[in-house]
Amino acid sequence: MTTMTPLAPVQEPKPLRQHAVKAGVFNPRQLLTSIPDALRKLDPRHQSRNPVMFVVWIGSLLVTVFAIGEPSVFTIAVAIWLWFTVLFANLAEAVAEGRGKAQAESLRKTKKDTIARRVTEAGEELVPGTELRIDDLVVVEAGEVIPGDGDVVEGIATVDESAITGESAPVIRESGGDRSAVTGGTTVLSDRVTVRITTKPGESFVDRMIALVEGARRQKTPNEIALTILLSTLTIIFLLAVVALQPFAAYSGGTQSVIVLTALLVCLIPTTIGALLSAIGIAGMDRLVQRNVLATSGKAVEAAGDIDTLLLDKTGTITYGNRWATEFIPVGGTPLDTLVDAARLSSLADGTPEGRSIVELCVTEHGRSAEPTDHEKTGEFVPFTAQTRMSGIDLGGRRVRKGAASGFVLTAETRRVVDEISAQGGTPLVVADNDAVLGVIRLSDVVKPGMAARFAELRAMGIRTVMVTGDNPLTAKAIAAESGVDDFLAEAKPEDKMALIRAEQEGGKLVAMTGDGTNDAPALAQSDVGVAMNTGTSAAKEAGNMVDLDSDPTKLIEIVEIGKQLLITRGALTTFSVANDLAKYFAILPAMFASIYPQLGGLNIMHLHSSNSAILSAVVFNALVIIALVPLALRGVRYRPSNASALLRRNLLIYGLGGVLAPFAGIWLIDLVVRLIPGIG
Amino acid sequence: MSDTMAGLLQVGLLVVALAVVYRPFGDYMARVYTGSKHSRVERAVYRFTRVDPDSEQRWGNYALGVLGFSVVGVVLLYLLQRLQTLLPFNYGRGAVAPGVAFNTAISFVTNTNWQSYVPETTMGHSVQLLGLTVQNFLSGAVGMAVAMALVRGFVRQRTDRLGNFWVDLTRGTIRILLPVAFLFAIVLVALGVVMSFKSGVSVDGQTVATAPVASQEAIKELGTNGGGVLNANSAHPFENPNAWTNLVEIFLILVIPVCLTRTFGTMVGNRKQGHVLLGVMGALWAAVLAVIWAAEAHGLRPLEGKELRFGIPGSALFANTTTATSTGAINAQHDSLTGLGGGGTLLNMLFGEMTPGGVGTGLYSILVMAVIAMFLAGLMVGRTPEYLGKKLGKREVTAAAIAILAMPTVMLIGSGVAAVLPGTTSALNNPGAHGLSEILYAYASASNNNGSAFGGITVTSDWFQASLGVCMALGRFIPIIAVLALAGSLAAQRKVPVSAGTLPTTGPVFASMLGGSVVLVAALTFVPALALGPIAEALQ
Repeated sequence: MTTMTPLAPVQEPKPLRQHAVKAGVFNPRQLLTSIPDALRKLDPRHQSRNPVMFVVWIGSLLVTVFAIGEPSVFTIAVAIWLWFTVLFANLAEAVAEGRGKAQAESLRKTKKDTIARRVTEAGEELVPGTELRIDDLVVVEAGEVIPGDGDVVEGIATVDESAITGESAPVIRESGGDRSAVTGGTTVLSDRVTVRITTKPGESFVDRMIALVEGARRQKTPNEIALTILLSTLTIIFLLAVVALQPFAAYSGGTQSVIVLTALLVCLIPTTIGALLSAIGIAGMDRLVQRNVLATSGKAVEAAGDIDTLLLDKTGTITYGNRWATEFIPVGGTPLDTLVDAARLSSLADGTPEGRSIVELCVTEHGRSAEPTDHEKTGEFVPFTAQTRMSGIDLGGRRVRKGAASGFVLTAETRRVVDEISAQGGTPLVVADNDAVLGVIRLSDVVKPGMAARFAELRAMGIRTVMVTGDNPLTAKAIAAESGVDDFLAEAKPEDKMALIRAEQEGGKLVAMTGDGTNDAPALAQSDVGVAMNTGTSAAKEAGNMVDLDSDPTKLIEIVEIGKQLLITRGALTTFSVANDLAKYFAILPAMFASIYPQLGGLNIMHLHSSNSAILSAVVFNALVIIALVPLALRGVRYRPSNASALLRRNLLIYGLGGVLAPFAGIWLIDLVVRLIPGIG
Repeated sequence: MSDTMAGLLQVGLLVVALAVVYRPFGDYMARVYTGSKHSRVERAVYRFTRVDPDSEQRWGNYALGVLGFSVVGVVLLYLLQRLQTLLPFNYGRGAVAPGVAFNTAISFVTNTNWQSYVPETTMGHSVQLLGLTVQNFLSGAVGMAVAMALVRGFVRQRTDRLGNFWVDLTRGTIRILLPVAFLFAIVLVALGVVMSFKSGVSVDGQTVATAPVASQEAIKELGTNGGGVLNANSAHPFENPNAWTNLVEIFLILVIPVCLTRTFGTMVGNRKQGHVLLGVMGALWAAVLAVIWAAEAHGLRPLEGKELRFGIPGSALFANTTTATSTGAINAQHDSLTGLGGGGTLLNMLFGEMTPGGVGTGLYSILVMAVIAMFLAGLMVGRTPEYLGKKLGKREVTAAAIAILAMPTVMLIGSGVAAVLPGTTSALNNPGAHGLSEILYAYASASNNNGSAFGGITVTSDWFQASLGVCMALGRFIPIIAVLALAGSLAAQRKVPVSAGTLPTTGPVFASMLGGSVVLVAALTFVPALALGPIAEALQ
């Protein structure tokens, strides 16, 4: 006997995050707590990985030696601020890493020491989880923690994966099919399953996640390497320009001190981007993790920014995966009201999305109540089974049923209605009262609201969306038109998907897709950005280069945005960094050479107080701007989908023009303070 | 007609003439480098040199071809000068001194045409014709060949072949440089340029040197070489007798670099891509012209060092054009330009010779700059950067960076060392800021393969002969190797199709980004040095 419970109106399930792995927003206090890490990073072995900052490091050392040789307020102040420049760069990296560490910490808590029940020929033996090998079989029962990543080979169970996903609702894991993968560290809530272990200890999913978010194995991505080369080139150019300046100055009769030349060099080389480059990369990965997406490589995140074609599964992504009731069609002269009442009755206790949507339709379109009456509550719910392929209610001798057409004896008229609905891509549910067929419920795919706007956004970003569906071409076309996708692939089999990806890639395009099933694995591997759903099989997770813990296929759109944001932040800060140099020339060159050629004093358009104050102000500005931009580096430059020219114009204006103007104001302001220091002014 | 009006008229005529030939000549050059047929003369050349004209080369082999050919060229030219006494028409001009011969050999093979000698008293007609003029053709053809290899890198997909250097060299020489130079040699003779095998003529009891000038004058300008047959170069009335020849010579200097942008657009299948490069080149050329013109018109002694028959505009136009291309011919003494005007000519070279630059070299230099500009621009639109459908990754940026680094490196090291050498001060005519400008100019000219001289600096010491020679060689061949490597990695790539997310490289945003990059890179690199030279002079 199933008691009937009132039904909530149908709505899209919203994931409830209990403690999703995330780092939260940037807090200035993180700068303070990261100071010890930043100091540790002064190690030259660490510095040498970043050519720009390594030059600053060497410069700081050089200036320190000279400042000790001829100590004055000016020399010591320059030395201190050069070290601050290095330190601030370290701080930026340490803060970014610190956020990753916090995430890793929360993940590590899930790595409890488990005892596994390994299946042997003799029965079962208890071994520590760390001793499990690939292909070992283990038994897990309700209340036990799954000892390692694997596939369910026997049984079905509900599993609490909140430790990994932050999602409180338990999920079903069963042998065979696409929901067989389980993750070590998650807890079985009910039933008993046998799991075949698929990873070695230490290489499990959680281990990989921890390594990723900690940035321990972080390697420079291709674009980061290319940018580093460009920054190194700029550094070499400025090194040459400054080194060659000494003989020119000597020729002109005014040899410069090493301290001043080093200060000029550090101000000119692209320290801003050099200092923030690795923080930008770490923060980019971090933003993905905050959205519950794990990327196996930074390369995939960069590639996401380049995606030309997005393959989206229709079901679950573009439409609500569940079919929704949209129409009641009475047959054989049955009044519509009779059909509606019967349909409602059969679905009152039906918790499936289809059942709830039928009640919803009765409420919204036909003025019925969603609440069962006291009489109705006495009915006995008959759940759906694979054998009967119908569900319903037994109420006082009445047997009201709804189900697939094959379970009923149909008249020619009913058959026609059923066929028509099928042909239009809908699903017909036949409703019968004591074997008398009353009519048919049309279940249609309902396109999620706002999809058209999202696809329009993607189009503006230059991304073509292709809907992949098993529906017939007619239906696919109708849904494609309604949802606003650019193209569709109907009656798609896994190999069709694969062929489509290959064809796109042949044309030089980058393809992204989501998938969960084992048969998606080849396509996931072939695509440039393959996002596997966490609910999917381990084969799918292995094949893709990202895993979405929320199993939300629309997440791809956010991933693309994060990828773009990552690249834009790099480009914007590089531009800003280089544009800064103009003002620094106006500050430092007159300070250096006005004594040789007084007319060069005319270049001191900021009216900086003295040579020393001008040089020190430029150095201080150069250091402070790093700290000022840490939040931007961590958050990323705002990205609004628009066409490339508009984006470039906007960013050139903000970071190019802004980069030219900001230091004029900044250096001038700093000079107002610096000139007050005794011994400088 | 006022001086200014005459100047504007000259600029107008020049622009019209270039506009008229732009399409046909640009497309003709595209056909030269893409056609598959060989003429009878070319077949004979290939048979004689045992080249299979239908085989293509990888970038490494192409580069080896360029290097090998140039090394042989240097050796032959060196020997020719050293053995001058054995050659006819030497008029008693003996073997060229080793330092001069070394410097000159590199100078002409690298398309620099820096001249540390007085032609009238050093080179006989045989060395001029067999050595220097031959290199005027060949070095120009080498530059164009390299540019075409780079363009093929953008055009081709998934191949390691960039074309055949020997074929490109032969075609550039036979189908482009020879016919145009021949035609304009006749035009120049008709306009009064000297063409004589005599060593000189006697005028009022004074001997004035003559030479087969017109035949060399045409290729001197057309190949953006710039090496004068006579010491005064195009300021000499035998090389450049009047305003018409002046205009024809300026036209010849610009015609190939300008029309190559059309060739480029045609070859990549989008003419607008060429227009945008030309727009950037033209805008910077015009801007510096305006600076030089204005500076000279308002100078203290406006006509000092200038030829009265050209006046200020004709001199400014020539000075700007010769330094904005890698020509280096002069019709006025650049040493006598004002601080700002001289700074303008120096800046033209420090841009890296791409406004519009030398034959071929200008095109490949601005394409390298476009690669760098697009790398930054691409990032700012949130895509891994690409240009003309080719991704700009580690290899591409490295190659472009090396190509860009070469010139400032050799220029700054060379001039830095020169500035502190004890012998330098005595080699300079002027002390102080102007003296530094003279040093900077010499090394900028050599490192950029320009070849023009500021003058006022005596460069015949062993140090100058050797260091400037090395600057010319490195400034020429490091970028060439890097450019070919870039072409190689571009050609190996598949083309990325254009989508709505692709940053268009035909519009004003890209043009300003590219122009900005050219100016910014030069400014950031050289402002400290310029501050002590031309800037200090100009602010006086």
